[in-house]
Amino acid sequence: MSEARIDVQVEHKHAPPPAEKKHPNTCPKCGSHYRDDELAAALWVCSHCGHHFPMRARARIDWYTDPGSFMEEAADVRSEDPLDFFDLRPYAERLSEAELNTGLNEAALIGQATIDGHPVELSVMDFTFMGGSMGSAVGEKFSRACDSAIERGVPLISVTSSGGARMQEGILSLMQLPKTVCAVEDLHDAHIPMITVMAHPTTAGVLASFASLGDVTIAEPGALIAFTGPRVVQQTTREKLPDDFGLAEQNLRFGHIDAIVPRAEQRDHLTRLLRLFA
Amino acid sequence: MTEKDQELNLRQRLSGLSRLPLLRGVRVNGESERLERQLERLQADTSDEAIWRSVELARHADRPYTMDYVERFIDDWVELHGDRGRADDGALVTGLGKLDGRTVALIGHQKGRDVKERLDRQFGMAYPEGYHKAMRVMEIAERFGFPVISLIDTPGAYPGVAAEQHGQGGAIARSQAEMARLTVPTVACIIGEGGSGGAVAIAVSDRVLMQEHAIYSVITPEGCAAILWRDAGEAKKAAAAFKPDALHCLELGVIDGIVAEPEGGAQNDHDEAARLLRTALVENLEELEDTPGEELRRRRRAKFRGMGVFA
Repeated sequence: MSEARIDVQVEHKHAPPPAEKKHPNTCPKCGSHYRDDELAAALWVCSHCGHHFPMRARARIDWYTDPGSFMEEAADVRSEDPLDFFDLRPYAERLSEAELNTGLNEAALIGQATIDGHPVELSVMDFTFMGGSMGSAVGEKFSRACDSAIERGVPLISVTSSGGARMQEGILSLMQLPKTVCAVEDLHDAHIPMITVMAHPTTAGVLASFASLGDVTIAEPGALIAFTGPRVVQQTTREKLPDDFGLAEQNLRFGHIDAIVPRAEQRDHLTRLLRLFA
Repeated sequence: MTEKDQELNLRQRLSGLSRLPLLRGVRVNGESERLERQLERLQADTSDEAIWRSVELARHADRPYTMDYVERFIDDWVELHGDRGRADDGALVTGLGKLDGRTVALIGHQKGRDVKERLDRQFGMAYPEGYHKAMRVMEIAERFGFPVISLIDTPGAYPGVAAEQHGQGGAIARSQAEMARLTVPTVACIIGEGGSGGAVAIAVSDRVLMQEHAIYSVITPEGCAAILWRDAGEAKKAAAAFKPDALHCLELGVIDGIVAEPEGGAQNDHDEAARLLRTALVENLEELEDTPGEELRRRRRAKFRGMGVFA
C-alpha cells in the first residue's frame, strides 16, 4: 500500500521526473538482469532479447584474438591539454578521472595480434573513456595502427565506438578527421585491407572519417551509426523520426554497411574475411 | 597608429611569415616569435572579446558569400549542377572558371541572402548530395589538371533525417579521402563559418587559409555550450574556451595563413575583400604550381598527419 505523499519540493515541481537509473547489468530492452560473470560469459549480449551491451576494448581484443597473441603498441601516447580547456571542470581533471575509472590511458587501444592464426593489426575504441571521443591521441594511435599494418603487410581491423570528436581539444580534434583519413589513404595505396566493425555508437567525427573508409564494414545489431544523433536531428529540424532512425538496421537498408553481425559470430566472420584477403 | 591598426598590421606580417614554407607550424625564427609575443600582449585583455567579435563577423548577414567572390574574381564562370545520382544541392556550389588566367575548379558553400534563398540553400548546410557533387568536380579537376579552390562557409553539414539516410558521415569521409588523393594544387579558404565536418570535408588542401574574422571549429559555440555547460546561452564562454578564431588556428598549425579583411570586416567592402582574397589565392597557387603532383600529395598528407598535440 502506498502512503499519500505531500510534495514539498517547490523548485522542481515542473521539472521532468529524473530518468530511471538502471543498473548497468540490467538489459535496457527487456529488463533482464545479469551477474557480471553471466554477462561476460555471454559476451555482454542479453541472452533473452539479444541486446548488445557495450563491450570494453580489452574484453573485445581477448574475444577476437588468439590467446596471448596481442601485443599493445603506442601505449604511451596520451592526450595533452593544448587549449588549457576549462568548462565546468578542467579537461586535465576529466582526463585523469577517465584514466582512473577505465584503466586505459586513451579511448583507443592498438596493437598486433593473430586471429585464428592470421596476423593482423588491431585498433579498438573504448566508449567508457570520455565517450570514446577522438582527440589528438586517438587520431595518432589510429594512424600508427595504419603505419604498423603497412609495415608488416597485415590487414587492419578497426573497431569503432565513439561519440565523435573531443570538443575539449577544439579545432585540433576536428583535424583528426583529415589526419585519420590520410592514414587510411596510405593504407589503401599500400593495398592493405581494412575491416571496420562498428559498435554502438559510431557517430559524428569518427563516422565522418576513418570509420566510413573500411574495405568491408560490419556493424553490431542495434548500434547507432549516425553523423548527427536522433536527439539533435529532432531538436534542430522538428522532423518526425523513423523508429529505427540511425540504427545499424536502417544503415544496412540504405546501403551504408555490408552486414550486421551478432557479437558471437564476429570472430568467425572476421576469420572468413581474413582468409579471403590473405 | 591605433591599437586596432597595430594589431591588423602585426597579423598581416605574421601571416606573411608563416606562409613561408620553412616557417609553417614551427617557430624557428626570432622575428616570428617576437611578433607573436607582441600580438599576445596586444590581445591579452581583449582576446575573449576579439574571439566573440570574429564569431559575430563570421556570421554577419552582409558578409560576402562564395558567389560574391566568384562574381568578382572568376572569369568565364560555368556552374556545374548535380551529383549525377540524386539531386543538386544548393548549399554547395561547384563550377569551372578562370582565376588569373588559369582554369580552376571551384567548390564553395553558399548561404542565401534573402529568406527564400536561405531556405533553398539550407543556410549553407550541405546534404551528402552536395559532397558527392564536390567529389565529381574534384575528379574532373584531377583528370584535366585544374587546381581546386575551396571556399568554406557553413555552420555544419545538414542534420536531417534524409541527410542521414543518404549517408552524411560517409560522404564527408569520402570527400576528404578524394582530396587526400588529388595530385593537383589545392587551396582552401574559410570565408565565414568553418563548421565542423561539413567544413573540413572540402578543406583537406595543400594550403588552408582563413580570413581574418572567419572561424573554424569542431562544433558551434552554442552546441558546445549546450553540451558542456548544459546551457546554449553560454556560447561566449564556450567560444573563449575552444578558440575558433584565425589567430589561434594559425598558432596551432591548423591553417597556413591569414587573409586580411577590409577595415571592420569583409561585410564593409565586398570589392576590397575580394581583391585581398584573390591575391592570397593566386599567390598560394603560384607557389604550388611547380611542384610535381605526387610530391604535392605526399606533402599534403604529411601535413595533416602531423596535426595534433599529444604526449
